[in-house]
Amino acid sequence: MTTDATRDAGAPPFVTEGYKPPKATHKARVLPGFRLSLGITITYLSLIVLIPLAALLARPWEHGLDGVWQAISDPRVVASLRLTFGTAFAAAVVNLFAGLVVAWVLTRYEFPGKSLLDALVDLPFALPTAVAGVSLCSMYAANGWIGSLFAPLGIKIAYTPLGIFVALIFVGLPFIVRSVQPVLAEFDAEVEEAAQTLGASPMQTAIRVILPSLLPALLTGFSLAFARAVGEYGSVIFIAGNMPFVSEITPLLIVIKLEEFDYAGAAAVAVAMLALSFLSLLVINGIQLLLSKRGRA
Amino acid sequence: MSLVVKNITKCFSDFAALNDVSFQAEPGEFLALLGPSGSGKTTLLRLLAGLDQPDTGSVEFDGADYLKLSARDRRIGMVFQSYALFRHMTVAQNIAFGLNVRPAKERPSKAEIAATVQRLLKLIQLEDLGKRYPSQLSGGQRQRVALARALAISPRMLLLDEPFGALDALVRKDLRRWLRKIHDETGVTTIFVTHDQEEALDLADRVVVLKDGQIEQIGKPLELYRHPQSAFVFEFLGTSNEVPATVSDGVASFDGFTAPAVSPKALSGAQTVRFRPFDAQLSPTGPGFEAKVLSLLPAGSSLRLELQTPDGKVFETQHAHESEASDLKLGDTVFVRPSKVYVF
Ligand SMILES: Nc1ncnc2c1ncn2[C@@H]1O[C@H](COP(=O)(O)OP(=O)(O)OP(=O)(O)O)[C@@H](O)[C@H]1O
Ligand SMILES: [Mg+2]
Repeated sequence: MTTDATRDAGAPPFVTEGYKPPKATHKARVLPGFRLSLGITITYLSLIVLIPLAALLARPWEHGLDGVWQAISDPRVVASLRLTFGTAFAAAVVNLFAGLVVAWVLTRYEFPGKSLLDALVDLPFALPTAVAGVSLCSMYAANGWIGSLFAPLGIKIAYTPLGIFVALIFVGLPFIVRSVQPVLAEFDAEVEEAAQTLGASPMQTAIRVILPSLLPALLTGFSLAFARAVGEYGSVIFIAGNMPFVSEITPLLIVIKLEEFDYAGAAAVAVAMLALSFLSLLVINGIQLLLSKRGRA
Repeated sequence: MSLVVKNITKCFSDFAALNDVSFQAEPGEFLALLGPSGSGKTTLLRLLAGLDQPDTGSVEFDGADYLKLSARDRRIGMVFQSYALFRHMTVAQNIAFGLNVRPAKERPSKAEIAATVQRLLKLIQLEDLGKRYPSQLSGGQRQRVALARALAISPRMLLLDEPFGALDALVRKDLRRWLRKIHDETGVTTIFVTHDQEEALDLADRVVVLKDGQIEQIGKPLELYRHPQSAFVFEFLGTSNEVPATVSDGVASFDGFTAPAVSPKALSGAQTVRFRPFDAQLSPTGPGFEAKVLSLLPAGSSLRLELQTPDGKVFETQHAHESEASDLKLGDTVFVRPSKVYVF
């Protein structure tokens, strides 16, 4: 009671100034058998991921460091890496916006045919990549449905980097949509209404209130779409034209090297890809960590 | 008259959540909207804020037709029960939001906004926590941030939906005193929703009692308590004991004794009458209703008794610590005699 007496009459009570939410020091174990499950996890990951990767890392060194460096710094390899990562990044960026719009429409509005549209989103996911590749190729070729629209403008899509870009957009879309959709669906309507009563326009509400809370999900979708696009093979090789230095993707180059029995060279290029992919994911995860530090949970 | 609500009806499919609701609020008045769960309190508040539209009726504020204005243009500060803070913004950014989204012409300068935020942080006693995120605050602190955010837009009216619903009893009591103080300082017309009758009576200038989407009674707390217009209001405002009696000319006759009867209507004949726990006298011999002491509990400055009659009915009565009740023990037989009853 003494504290009450010393407090200023209008002071809101029972709030210690230095209040910090308690931090869990011990995580409660929900699942029993921690040792067993950890053992299974490590064994499984080793067999499926770690050992094959280690084998890959061990492979390229038979011609020494020089041999590896020569294989990687080959201008044709460098051009293919630039093309692969460049188009994958560009396609993921495009999907970031397009996927957001699709997810928005699918969660926010009711219209006939919505569930059909919703199912359609998964198609690039479910379709065998070769099927997708062949159909994209015939659509975007100079005499195809879409390609013929662009041909008079002097724009060639199939058999150019542009074609690769289109194919990668196609395979990447579901990742963004499916990452964002559940977060958007669960967004608290009252938070949006609060923004309205405070005078925000619908646009301001979308940009200042809803979008920031979607950022983590967008980033997740982005990294998934990007990773998938970097490794994409089946749907790309048909539409790419595969011209060295112009439209030849790195996975194809690896296949070519393997067919020439240059196993060390193929492994060297694969390691370079691995390193770049790893680096990209590291950067994206870093951004995500920064975002979560800003008080989102 | 600042707020005039007339004949509001709101249906969800064919269920009437609000039915012909009319009331008014004076400028600067502090109004409580009291009613049990599902009585339409939130529905009414949302209509006033412009988040929903009524089926019929009108809402006027300072003579302007508010139904024609969007939520955005009404400039009504709303505090949601769930607080609805922006999680990715700091406390200070939350408070500044309403000013930052104004069109460039009306927007105060950065320095002015910062000053307003500081002033409000001081008002809610969170001066040092402006850089925290909502997830780093306690429930009571979040509640106050939500209030500051609503006050930042200099609202024409403030609406609070069960502002202290999620807080424990002690914090509630102090926060509501503090809310009253802030209201008196800012002078903004305030409507707050609660289903806690003590909170409503303690805090409001006037109380609007809602039941099943209809207004049961409007009045000052004391008026409501002294002259309830219906059995519902009487029972909602406190504990009530029911007994049958014969009523005529403002007197209720029981088996061998009588008591003055208060009624909003001139009722006579056989009626169910009600009395409050503190409108009861105990005696060892009667006259009165015979009953056994079921429990004996201290309730603050008084003693609360539960008494059971031979036919199983339970009365709750309240007495001073120093009274005929203080010597009773569990199982004792006493006679209860109401000293004042209400008839509806
Ligand atoms: N969107 C809606 N659709 C259908 N029925 C609704 C809707 N919103 C409210 N209702 C109904 O209207 C009635 C009043 O609801 P309201 O939320 O206004 O109650 P309340 O008085 O705020 O209750 P509480 O104290 O529990 O918050 C309830 O019976 C509820 O089921
Ligand atoms: Mg409610």
